[in-house]
Amino acid sequence: MAEKIEVNAKILPAGETCIFVDFGEKIDMKINGYVQALKHILTEKPFDGLKELVPTYRSLSIYFDPLTVDLKALKQRLENELATISSSVEDVGSTEVHVPVFFGGEYGPDLSDVAEHTKLSEDEVIKRYCESKLYCFMNGFTPGFPYLGGMDSSLETPRLKSPRELIPANSVAIGGAQAGAYSIASPGGWRIIGRVPYELYDPDREPAVAIQAGMWVCFYPVNMERYKEIEAQAKTGEYKIEYRQKGI
Amino acid sequence: MKLIIQAPGALTTVQDLGRWGYQAIGMPVSGAMDAPALIRGNILLGNPDGAAALEMTLMGATVQFKDGEGAITITGGNLQPKINNNPVNNWTVLPVKNGDILTFGGFCGKGFRTYLCVSGGIDVPLVMGSRSTYMKAKIGGLEGRKLAKGDELVTGQQGFYKTGINCPENLLPDYSFSPLRTVLGPQDDYIKPEGIKTFFDTEYKISSSSDRMGCRMEGGEIIEHIKGADIVSDAIPMGAVQIPGQGLPIVMMADRQTTGGYVKIGVVHALDVARLSQLPPGTSVKFSQITQEQGIEISKIEAVKLNELRSHVSEAINSVSSEHGAMNIIVNGEKFFVTWERL
Repeated sequence: MAEKIEVNAKILPAGETCIFVDFGEKIDMKINGYVQALKHILTEKPFDGLKELVPTYRSLSIYFDPLTVDLKALKQRLENELATISSSVEDVGSTEVHVPVFFGGEYGPDLSDVAEHTKLSEDEVIKRYCESKLYCFMNGFTPGFPYLGGMDSSLETPRLKSPRELIPANSVAIGGAQAGAYSIASPGGWRIIGRVPYELYDPDREPAVAIQAGMWVCFYPVNMERYKEIEAQAKTGEYKIEYRQKGI
Repeated sequence: MKLIIQAPGALTTVQDLGRWGYQAIGMPVSGAMDAPALIRGNILLGNPDGAAALEMTLMGATVQFKDGEGAITITGGNLQPKINNNPVNNWTVLPVKNGDILTFGGFCGKGFRTYLCVSGGIDVPLVMGSRSTYMKAKIGGLEGRKLAKGDELVTGQQGFYKTGINCPENLLPDYSFSPLRTVLGPQDDYIKPEGIKTFFDTEYKISSSSDRMGCRMEGGEIIEHIKGADIVSDAIPMGAVQIPGQGLPIVMMADRQTTGGYVKIGVVHALDVARLSQLPPGTSVKFSQITQEQGIEISKIEAVKLNELRSHVSEAINSVSSEHGAMNIIVNGEKFFVTWERL
């Protein structure tokens, strides 16, 4: 007999090329942990016709080739996986990415506004931002834009009333209760507090996207001298993005 | 062979079958809006199915061929193509030589987008496995942008083709005005039952604010949500029908963003997304319901058609004449292309 499904997941049709496994309508670590866990299972042991997996806050989208897929078998497989899927979120998202940021000044024009709004000093804003346990729930919006949850709630600052027409690439930002980083230059209304000295999105680099869904993110402050140094190293391809296995 | 863009038309971009495998990092798929047309054009030319072509919208570009000769096919919408001012047919392998000029008369009510496929495909650098232009992130195609006057494109390695052959009528894509076949879900249960009925009963009109990202519908009653139009963001497949707060459907097309926060009532079949992409603003459209299994069957029928076209093309290429001809032969596992002519 199949084990009781311990997660309340739904297997939903999304046209003839896709199935959504939906874990619930919430921005929640545990729910996202299931999404990442199922992604991991299907990546390790793919099925015939699997085309692409897209994890989001609350669901895993499974794209397949309609000519190859055995839909019935796939649904059965998913039900079986869901019956035994691990609820231990800690095992998933075990990669940390440490990201240098120059805060304030020309690169962080909204830092003073954030300080004013939160009634904290600029240094305290930087400290709390860097000490937040940030988790990348998903990438979306533009290529490589990370949606980060877990920011210290004392830093919550509403978006700009009128979005900026162009935010420089690699700007680090606060949007309400979320943290994020503009991976390419784009319009946007989040508060810009600093900048990363390398490209968060570079199609010619492996990995193209620095901060990926399922990773923990630790921003840390650097001075202008170090910023320029990393910037130069990144341009020659010398700089390596700082990935670490969590707790190791 | 080279293609010189003498006039770019309204919107001409390099497209193939899209940038798959990178949606998880937020990279949209892009690719040809009418993929079945692009694939047929490539099959006729002996290209791989997904060779890059030029997608032209509404007007069509003026293109001069230089430095060599080859063949082209023009598929999808009929924008009244001419070579050196002589009208030519869509869905036909046409020879082009140094100096020939391709022009278009423009939209004539028979499709909105046309594909210029060339023997060997358009050779621009692959970005994440695709040559498709995604203008918002400025990647793919030529410098990630729409083509401009004076642009030069080169073609890749040519396959075997035979000029004059065309796509038989019964193997053409379906460009009828029949309803867009839609699988309900993943969030149809966020819509009131009357809303589902409204969705399938309404004759909508395509809005003029439609583009490669989404096709907006106008007219008809408001589709009501049970608890609002916003969801915690999830993925957006090709053809997903979003119902935002104003209650009118938006069908998500090739350049759709990877994720979004609106309720999706259903997903239109890929073949019908292609059909929709050929309809100009103001056209009336309806939606009809199919199951996911029926959707898969429809895809399989299309695959059979494409295989028939492949057989048709290889038979034409390999047909033997005692006067002259050309054929593929395989000797010791190696493929050769042989031509002959009676002396």
